[in-house]
Amino acid sequence: MADSNGEMNSRRRFLVLTTSVAGGIAAVAVATPFMLYMMPSERAKAAGAPVEVDISKLEPGMLLMVEWRGKVVWVLKRTQEMLENLKKLNDVLADPTSEKNQQPPYAKNETRSIKPEILVVVGVCTHLGCSPVFRKDIAPADLGPDWLGGFFCPCHGSKFDLAGRVYKNVPAPTNLIVLPHIYLSENRLLIGSESKESV
Amino acid sequence: MSKQENSFMGWIDERFPMTATWRAHLSEYYAPKNFNFWYYFGSLAMLVLVNQIITGIFLTMSYKPDASLAFASVEYIMRDVNFGWLIRYMHSTGASMFFVVVYLHMFRGMMYGSYRKPRELLWLIGMAIFFVLMSLAFTGYILPWGQMSYWGAQVIVSMFGAIPYIGETLSNWILGDFMLSDAALNRFFAYHVVTLPLLIIVLVFVHIIALHEVGSNNPDGIEIKANKDPKTGIPVDGIPFHPYYSVKDIVGIVAFLIVFSGIIFFIPEMGGYFLEHNNFIPANTLQTPDHIAPVWYFTPYYSMLRAVTVNFLGVDAKLWGVILMAGSVIIFCFLPWLDRSPVKSIRYKGPIFKFALALFVISFLVLGWLGTKAPTPLYTLLAQIFTVIYFAFFILMPLYSKIDKTKPEPKRVTK
Repeated sequence: MADSNGEMNSRRRFLVLTTSVAGGIAAVAVATPFMLYMMPSERAKAAGAPVEVDISKLEPGMLLMVEWRGKVVWVLKRTQEMLENLKKLNDVLADPTSEKNQQPPYAKNETRSIKPEILVVVGVCTHLGCSPVFRKDIAPADLGPDWLGGFFCPCHGSKFDLAGRVYKNVPAPTNLIVLPHIYLSENRLLIGSESKESV
Repeated sequence: MSKQENSFMGWIDERFPMTATWRAHLSEYYAPKNFNFWYYFGSLAMLVLVNQIITGIFLTMSYKPDASLAFASVEYIMRDVNFGWLIRYMHSTGASMFFVVVYLHMFRGMMYGSYRKPRELLWLIGMAIFFVLMSLAFTGYILPWGQMSYWGAQVIVSMFGAIPYIGETLSNWILGDFMLSDAALNRFFAYHVVTLPLLIIVLVFVHIIALHEVGSNNPDGIEIKANKDPKTGIPVDGIPFHPYYSVKDIVGIVAFLIVFSGIIFFIPEMGGYFLEHNNFIPANTLQTPDHIAPVWYFTPYYSMLRAVTVNFLGVDAKLWGVILMAGSVIIFCFLPWLDRSPVKSIRYKGPIFKFALALFVISFLVLGWLGTKAPTPLYTLLAQIFTVIYFAFFILMPLYSKIDKTKPEPKRVTK
């Protein structure tokens, strides 16, 4: 009797185990569509088309705001003085040579751009997604005498220079993102794409 | 009461334990007779929960969870819907008052050691309620789709993006898009009006069941169940919840409603602390307001989020900020095991604990104040100092609560 009881128990254990495993698999399978339901929809995915910008009217020192995928993209035409100032900042920047992969290879240079004067960055702080303020004034009272112009994030105080490079000892970990872009002609800029054909 | 087989209640009781439930939880639930002012806030939290649910139901009748319509629909409620302004101010003021009473309720627990054995699970259920409450406040604040709704949500969702490896996928999953947009507003509405209210109601129910299982703590921190009348089996220091405390709580409710109505009718925005000025501007996805701060009840944690400005131990400052912010709330869960004092209540604890608790309250208030301010180097330094004090209160507790000089607990509750 003891033997058959033992056999019954081991059969029961086996059945409980297999039923639980099968039930668990079924639960995961049922949860999957609910979880995936919450990922970006096909319509949201399709909304990422590149944007064409005319920069002929952009004066030196002027910032143009463009919307791409619901984010603000800055197109900044830097003056000669601004470009000169970029070189003085290496000591206070966290990643002056753009080692971290925050830009396409063709923008991994001193000015983080294709044409030295034109900067194309996502205007979203790499800390927690606020949009920094363009502060081209030199040595203002609130940002201190060493400020040579740049972007200041009002949310948590992160600072970036006029090439979107992040300062040391601020909450933001990386430089601003330089978007893929290409010049269709002298003054026509395509943002969000690297090939002329996708127009 | 004798058995009433022929009465209406008798008929019910044969089919549902109505009288038994009434007795177990009200007329024969024995609570310590020495409750004081601090014991109002549990019942007040329930009152505010009911207020939020009722006013919330009415608000959904006129609100539109659509990025292009939401802001205007809230203004419609405020201007054109009959008494819409009243219902909305009851809801928005209720949100802030919910945190006021819950913070005082938690502080009560910390003073009198209400988290100690056998109430550890009761404390944890309470913490779960607090987490749901925070989620409710966050999702609710997004709904008007003003500038603070938008940029506040942007910051909080970006925090999930700071998690290594899965961050980006996770934030897309939360938002249902590659950025904060209509998809997110629509689902946060679903969480705010369905998922989270259901959860909080279940958790409050479980909290009360757990409370009635272990019995209420009291300002002396001694167990009234340890001293029962040998004949009746009723704790000698216990009095039935109903009518004694049900009536006492009504006094608290009346006093609370006076304050509550005063705020609703005279200062519903509380000078920008309950409803922030920037949130009266529709969401602009291209421009962050010059100064953003969360609503007052989140500012202590927000201060800690931005207090870390240097990378250390190979972790980004950004991720440290997120870890500290999450940690500053989660760490309350460990209180039952961090406190090694032989006594529960502050009345019998020694000077070190009193000093530590006072310092903790000060750091909580200072961090809260700093969180409403724009960051400057001085403020950031202050936030760093008080973040250390905040965490030291918890982390050093096993040490100082053990070496502290305590007084002997009384056998019976005192006044």
